[in-house]
Amino acid sequence: MSDERGLAASLVAQIQSVAGRIGRPVNIMEVCGTHTVELRRQGIHSLLPTDIHLISGPGCPVCVTPSGYVDNAIRLVRDQRVMVATFGDMLKVPGRDGESLSSFVSTGLVKLLYSPHDMISLAEEHDGPVVFLAVGFETTTPTIVASYREARERGLRNFHLYTAFKTVPEVLQFLLADPSNTIDGFLLPGHVSVIIGERAYSFLQRPEGRPGVIAGFDALDMLLGILILLRLIEKKEHRVENGYPRAVRPEGNPRAREVVERALYPRSDAWRGLGAVPGASLGLRPELAENDAEKVFSLPPAVDVEPPGCLCSKVIAGRASPLQCALFAKRCQPDTPVGPCMVSSEGTCAAYYRYGAKR
Amino acid sequence: MNSGDLIRLEHGSGGALARDLVETVIHPVLKSDAYPELLDASPIEIGSDFLMTTDGYVVDPPFFAGGDIGRLSVFGTCNDLAVSGAKPICVSLALVIEEGFPLADLRRALTSAANAAHEANARIVTGDTKVVPRGKGGGLFVTTAGLGRRVFAPVLAPSRIREGDSVIVSGPIGAHGLTVLAARESLPVADGLRSDMAFLYPPISRLFHLGDSLRFMRDATRGGISSVMNEIAHGASWGIEVEEAELPITEEVRAVAGLLGLSPLEIANEGVFVAVVSGAAEAEALAALRAHPLGRSARCVGHVTTSEPGTVVMITSVGGRRIIDFPRGLLLPRIC
Repeated sequence: MSDERGLAASLVAQIQSVAGRIGRPVNIMEVCGTHTVELRRQGIHSLLPTDIHLISGPGCPVCVTPSGYVDNAIRLVRDQRVMVATFGDMLKVPGRDGESLSSFVSTGLVKLLYSPHDMISLAEEHDGPVVFLAVGFETTTPTIVASYREARERGLRNFHLYTAFKTVPEVLQFLLADPSNTIDGFLLPGHVSVIIGERAYSFLQRPEGRPGVIAGFDALDMLLGILILLRLIEKKEHRVENGYPRAVRPEGNPRAREVVERALYPRSDAWRGLGAVPGASLGLRPELAENDAEKVFSLPPAVDVEPPGCLCSKVIAGRASPLQCALFAKRCQPDTPVGPCMVSSEGTCAAYYRYGAKR
Repeated sequence: MNSGDLIRLEHGSGGALARDLVETVIHPVLKSDAYPELLDASPIEIGSDFLMTTDGYVVDPPFFAGGDIGRLSVFGTCNDLAVSGAKPICVSLALVIEEGFPLADLRRALTSAANAAHEANARIVTGDTKVVPRGKGGGLFVTTAGLGRRVFAPVLAPSRIREGDSVIVSGPIGAHGLTVLAARESLPVADGLRSDMAFLYPPISRLFHLGDSLRFMRDATRGGISSVMNEIAHGASWGIEVEEAELPITEEVRAVAGLLGLSPLEIANEGVFVAVVSGAAEAEALAALRAHPLGRSARCVGHVTTSEPGTVVMITSVGGRRIIDFPRGLLLPRIC
């Protein structure tokens, strides 16, 4: 038996014994989309006792972006003939009438980027305005903002951001504020925490909070995170433990946060399935309005309309498993997605589909 | 570059320039003593049992570390014959060239195709050339057909596979697809990667002596070993259990694929095949493969079981179970 498998077996044995002592079903929300994918890709779900339920949280950026945002991006290309640049997953998300940006790639006005830094050369080469679909959590935001700042310093006035930046602590508080939530503890996102730090989760320590463990993405990281979390749940301790200290510091990365704060301010935009979440989005500061696509191109607020039958909104909030959705693996498949949870590589439905739907 | 050095629409017109292209560029590279003229159809020696295959090549860019579209188009077709138990004899080669394509690049690709045919001991016996307008093609497309003589008598088909059989992967996976992707997108992360492109008949022929114990083979091109395993397991009364820890993946491929969010199992190879052999013949098959340089890293990665019929399951490195699904979507377009 390899070292890794031996260590995993020992962690699983400890998880089983803590779960046995707790003696009731436990709901663990893995907040981050990367955790959702990795837990299934590594087959961790198959190693856990049946009483331990992993619930996917609202941590897939494409999934939580409202359909009205996609409609607005299509509007930019189709009606205003404006060039739009985006990361891959966003291309296939259907808007309200089922159309997605991928149908407009042949117009040459939709550009696929691998890095936000590529926006700079795109803006340099293109005569007209270029709008970057600025979607992401705290991990992605600083790199996008840094590219935007560099473009400004180079005098590129045609570089616009259409912001749908989202923040983790605020949305977790929103989920906890609902008295009917069934979450026993959070597996907290490793990468986001590198930026925001351990201290950003201090709200979890309040009486209405929950235990939380910051976890990395290796199989052993995740098993260890689950074990620490179960121990906190057993003792009913509302504490945050850092299970990923090799990457996450208590204070996070203050410099990255400063870059973000200079350009962005908290707003209460709509999340898919959750509606307006107080303070859980970031928009460009009013003094940067000349690069704010929303203002420059007079885009209407991004409302959220869910396709009929799609359960993405419930899946995002941890209120339904993909297996409860009548469309899952039938009408809604990776090649023909109905909702964003099947489109994004980090989406819960895509992960269930790809790596096996059992449990 | 002088306009005389570029492919023009007229090169595909069938007129004087077309003839010129064939006579001065294509024929000198591809003709052989046995076939001094490139005819529309060439007579070949007829024996008892022949296999024919065809394949199109649209790889972008046409040149990359470890290979190019010319070599790929010959080896790819020869490998299709080899995994079917046939020794390649001859290949046809049809070119679709975009107006503006540099003649120097065409010569380079053709020379490479000729060299590949020589290595495979297969002659290029006929061909065709078409030119399409600028912007209507993708630089250079190549279509080849191959004819091979049957060497291994049983018809290798998934229906021969039985519970308890072993699944062997002939070498490290993922290098070709990542190399082409890195060349196309100018990704600096993949500097050390090279395509694994190779003529696979020599290692494959070392398995023929296994006779009935050799059940099935397929080269793991587009969709990687994930596609091969799913294709053969789909609809079957058995499934395949793969041990993640046994997969031959180099550290470099693992790192680059990880960065790009790709699974090495789904990435195209051009020098790797999957062989299913009886459990009893596993050790002998591995020993035979490992004695050849192209099979040096051959591994048994899994077994045929009846626990989850029709499904390919991965036992992960920590002992978890999850499905290995067919690759989805346009992961890596124009990779071969």
